[in-house]
Amino acid sequence: MRLDIDDLTLTAAGSTLVREVSLRADSGELVGLVGPNGSGKSSLLRCVYRAVRPDAGTVRLDGTDLRGLTPRQSARRLAALPQEGGGDFEFTVAEVVAMGRLPHQRGTARAGAEDEELCAAALKRVGAGHLAERGFPSLSGGEKQRVLIARALAQQPRVLVLDEPTNHLDIAQQLEVLSLVRGDGLTVLAALHDLNLAAAHCDRLYVIANGAIVASGAPHDVLVPELLAEVFGVRAHRVRHPESGAVQLLFDRLGASP
Amino acid sequence: MGALVVALLLSLMCAVALGSSQVGWAETARLLRAGLTGGVIAADERAAYTIVWELRFPRALLAAVVGAGLAAVGVAVQAMVRNALADPFVLGISSGAAVGANAVILFGAFGSLGVWALSAGAFTSALAAMALVYAVARTAHGLTPLRLVLTGTALYYGFTAITTLMVFAAEHGEAARSAMMWLLGSLGGASWASLPIAAVAVAAGMAHLALSAGRLNALAMGDETAATLGVDAARLRRELFLLAAAVTGAVVAVSGAIGFVGLMVPHATRILIGADHRRVLAVAPLLGAVLLVWVDVLSRIVLAPTELPIGVLTAVIGVPCFLLLMRRGGGYAFGGA
Repeated sequence: MRLDIDDLTLTAAGSTLVREVSLRADSGELVGLVGPNGSGKSSLLRCVYRAVRPDAGTVRLDGTDLRGLTPRQSARRLAALPQEGGGDFEFTVAEVVAMGRLPHQRGTARAGAEDEELCAAALKRVGAGHLAERGFPSLSGGEKQRVLIARALAQQPRVLVLDEPTNHLDIAQQLEVLSLVRGDGLTVLAALHDLNLAAAHCDRLYVIANGAIVASGAPHDVLVPELLAEVFGVRAHRVRHPESGAVQLLFDRLGASP
Repeated sequence: MGALVVALLLSLMCAVALGSSQVGWAETARLLRAGLTGGVIAADERAAYTIVWELRFPRALLAAVVGAGLAAVGVAVQAMVRNALADPFVLGISSGAAVGANAVILFGAFGSLGVWALSAGAFTSALAAMALVYAVARTAHGLTPLRLVLTGTALYYGFTAITTLMVFAAEHGEAARSAMMWLLGSLGGASWASLPIAAVAVAAGMAHLALSAGRLNALAMGDETAATLGVDAARLRRELFLLAAAVTGAVVAVSGAIGFVGLMVPHATRILIGADHRRVLAVAPLLGAVLLVWVDVLSRIVLAPTELPIGVLTAVIGVPCFLLLMRRGGGYAFGGA
């Protein structure tokens, strides 16, 4: 499913968090959103998964304006992993994953056999089948993230929004998270703070600074030293990954002598 | 579930049989049947019938209704503000109700309403308190959890100050005593007349919550998560606030401010069966009902014929039970405890 964001603007308490942002993610694409802290990545994503209402602009799924859908209807098409921790309630992992079926259920309707199978399959796909009966709050950061991805998959979305999904994860887990969501024609929009991870995994990147998109395109076109100096305030050297050939970056402080 | 329903029915039966004047089990059963089906009783059973049918049975039923209502609202409020210390009273509604109830007890407000005066006074001021809390706690983003708790708590102290002042200003010692009784909670005023409104409010509240169990799960995980699952957190919280206020108001109007049930029964339920609201909302009201039926029985018989304030016994029974459960339920970590 194709995701189109057009001229999106979000203001809060007098300051503009997101400024006339337009962005596109084609069906099956993994699109990265990179930018320094406070640049508006999360604010933009929150508009997409409808935690806040933008002041102007549209978010469309295959041409359908999200505002024309009820929250439940859009949650059947679009799932998200927000940054929040997940609360203190002692839900089991299986219960957390089962919440992914909520947009598909009516009122009291108990989870049917089909729902349970979907949840079990989602949990298995992220390699967390053995965690089903564990308490969610007691999991490690990496385990939690896998379970939340399973919940998003159980939601059977066509578009997945990830807000810094690799935060607090170790290297192996970071590499794993993005490969878990690839495939099945799922369109993914992910805010990432690790530029090398973004370069290695994303089909296209959007660079956001002060709430506005300043560059977009394939990683090797976008991640150039001039832009990285201007947006992130670092001196970057580009190298090729010896096996994949993907562009990778080495950083120095801006102004530091080589 | 099934076992709890049976336990509740047995508890109700015991509550009717036990008391300062003994009525045998067989006789209790017969008189209850007579009352329920309109059978005939002998003339010399008249006194026992009055005790069983006019006093103890409605009182036991009211205890069950109040216990169920407080437990259900406690579950809803804890999910609504995502706070382990929240209970039906954290929103300031019960202390608001106390202002109205004491105006009736001490100064004879709403006198024209006769036996309904106390309930009417309590309920009216509960609704006024709700409107006030809502107006103060509201922001552009709706009702945020922390603001709700802080506003409710602040106003709780305000309302309590007014109530205390009223008790001080009262001229009769007896009135002050009944005001105190009301503040500590009591089912002493139970009659068939006090039952319907509370029962309907609690039943409607429980039914609505049961339909919202999935949405409560999502809300408990966080507002952002709720949004991604198609749940409008602001709207749900508004809905829960109104429901909690209405049910608390209706319950407090007939029983006073009975504490502990709404705070601890939800936790005890989660320790026993986990946090999934689809189960919690079925089990917690039953547990609350059974607990309060027994607490009320004990409050009647421990120092018979004097009645103990019910709040004393909810604590005496509830605190050790809860501490025991918490120790046993090793993994329970709500609020990082």
